[in-house]
Amino acid sequence: MFGDYSLGDLGSIFVMQGFAGLILFSVYVLMALGLAIIFGQMGVINMAHGEFMILGAYVTWMTSNLFQTYLPGLFAGYFFLAMILAFLASGALGMLVEWGLIRHLYKRPLDTLLATWGLSLILQQAYRSIFGAREVGVELPPWMLGSLKVTDSIEVPINGVFVMCLTVLITIVVAYVMYKSRWGRQVRAVVQNRIMAGAVGINTEKVDRYTFGLGCGIAGIAGSAFTMIGSTGPTSGQLYIVDTFLVVVFGGAASLLGTIASAFSISQTQSTLEFFMSGSMAKVLTLLAVVGILMLRPQGLFALKVRK
Amino acid sequence: MSDEIKRGLQSPLRRKLLMGMAALPAISMLSRPSFGAGPATSAVNTTGLAVTDTEVTCGILHSATGTMAISETGSIQAEKLAIEQINAMGGILGRKIKFIQEDGASDWPTFAEKAKKLLVNDKVAAIMGCWTSASRKAVLPVMEQYNGMLYYPTFYEGLEQSKNVIYTGQEATQQILAGLNWIAKEKGAKSFFFIGSDYIWPRTSNKIARKHVENVLKGKVVGEEYYALGSTQFNSVINKIKLTKPDVIFTDVVGGSNVAFYKQLKAAGIDLSKQALLTISVTEDEIDGIGGENIAGAYACMKYFQSLDNPNNKAFVPAFKKQWGEKTVIGDVTQAAYLGPWLWKLTVEKAGSFDIDKVAAASPGIEFKGAPEGYVRIHENHHLWSKTRVGRAKLDGQFELIYETADLVEPDPFPKGYQ
Repeated sequence: MFGDYSLGDLGSIFVMQGFAGLILFSVYVLMALGLAIIFGQMGVINMAHGEFMILGAYVTWMTSNLFQTYLPGLFAGYFFLAMILAFLASGALGMLVEWGLIRHLYKRPLDTLLATWGLSLILQQAYRSIFGAREVGVELPPWMLGSLKVTDSIEVPINGVFVMCLTVLITIVVAYVMYKSRWGRQVRAVVQNRIMAGAVGINTEKVDRYTFGLGCGIAGIAGSAFTMIGSTGPTSGQLYIVDTFLVVVFGGAASLLGTIASAFSISQTQSTLEFFMSGSMAKVLTLLAVVGILMLRPQGLFALKVRK
Repeated sequence: MSDEIKRGLQSPLRRKLLMGMAALPAISMLSRPSFGAGPATSAVNTTGLAVTDTEVTCGILHSATGTMAISETGSIQAEKLAIEQINAMGGILGRKIKFIQEDGASDWPTFAEKAKKLLVNDKVAAIMGCWTSASRKAVLPVMEQYNGMLYYPTFYEGLEQSKNVIYTGQEATQQILAGLNWIAKEKGAKSFFFIGSDYIWPRTSNKIARKHVENVLKGKVVGEEYYALGSTQFNSVINKIKLTKPDVIFTDVVGGSNVAFYKQLKAAGIDLSKQALLTISVTEDEIDGIGGENIAGAYACMKYFQSLDNPNNKAFVPAFKKQWGEKTVIGDVTQAAYLGPWLWKLTVEKAGSFDIDKVAAASPGIEFKGAPEGYVRIHENHHLWSKTRVGRAKLDGQFELIYETADLVEPDPFPKGYQ
């Protein structure tokens, strides 16, 4: 397939293909981060993760409409406010769900799967009733559209670069919060030994609620960012849920580093394979590879060492 | 009588009907069309369908919930509007159409179950319904076993024909060939890149398109790619498009993937005013989600656009918007769904009976001059003769009509040389 092309052409295609892989990597990290916290730290199998993302997307859509109507002059910058609002909305809903549903199920982790799956159906139908069954189009500020021309033949999509920067920023913030802050230490203490953590005076219920809220809030930011590259409809969240779980489980549930490593390997495999064969074949081979590795290493790529 | 009808119609027919029905309770006469003056029920219904002296029952079977609700909502709306308009004109054979709506819930076995319920329990005289081919394939054996009549609105891959189905959308050759001919002539296109979602309709359509490109247009297909339903990442295939530099990108990507594909195409710097793109899967409905700015300049080939300039459409669009809201848009399938109840009415009136066998036999040759897309006629193979049109997407999400075939295109569900 490369016979007719000059070396320069091929070179720029490979550079752009490299970027495609990096963008896919950022997308995977961004959607998996929230789940890595909820599933990895709390052990809750949150099937409604995609719906929390879509809540963020709908918040972005509403913010964009508000700015167009009332503050057209500031439209170029609305996206940053939208992401903050998306974080707050999804986070608040997450805390509400934790209080009303999840906290009754900590002793029955498998039941969280059913309960949150039901929750995802309820949320989907709620979006359908509130926003309509059809997809909504989120209008983006003009500077986020189009591509950066690096050289004559190399073009890099701006929204891809934006997602990459956002992913790096959020990963750093999450890593800092989880591993350096006092609150993060409390979270990890509760995960490792709930009773002891309670005994030394940590309010475990409060820690649970905020952890779940943080995970959902990050999902909201991811949803907000994905309005740039994907669709916003009542069931769009379902498009992400499988890949998200794949990344988290493959990485080793309790490890942030594992999530990043797993997102990197899955995205690079997939985007390289996609270039040489058809999209659905690439997906099949990627999944086969993941299944194969998980058979050899059921705990995922990175796992906490625990004394059994 | 239920209260489906809000508006009366001051027609001579109605006055005549009113005069002949002094025996009916006065309540049914107040500013409503009245029913019951048609031929005797025993004459028009010999097989025990749900037909009374004043009413005939039909079914509406679409997904109001689940993934497909995005697409099927428009069809439900169009069918309800058509039924309401027919009732306002006096119904079918003097009988008011009552509909029973069932939800297929985007689940194919549910579709089959609900179809059976409509035919066996409710004895409906016709069903307006289904959207995806998968749901139609699930319903088809039920329609044939219990002898029902299905009016199916979606453009689809062909390779099917049944006594019990009228296909009001286009089959694949009708939709695709004229569009490819046009773009080959207009743009001098020789090389094509196909990209579609991975299921039966895009695969069959692309097979037909490939044969046409290679055997008739003497062009070349430089790439053919499929992505799983729901895929949201297209950067790799976009790089392949950049590498192969095709004259035309030919797409049948559906659902949420559509939105991702066009957004990423635009972000990658592919300018659709310079790079020709022909799609058979994007209607005004899809553009709502994609955003006009992401797809402006692309060509779509199908049989109906909301912007069509003809008297029928000029009456249809405002009526639809009045009923369902100023912001709703009308895509190809929505219009095809609107044809269903009308074709049924015309066929029943020609057959003089609601009996399924007589309706099926009377269907070929039925003409509907009031179709928003213009004149249509039912072919012996139960598909419609219709024109094929090419439109160019504009920033506001509407299509501008660029080309239409001079004559009606014959439906050919089993095309020779294309299988």
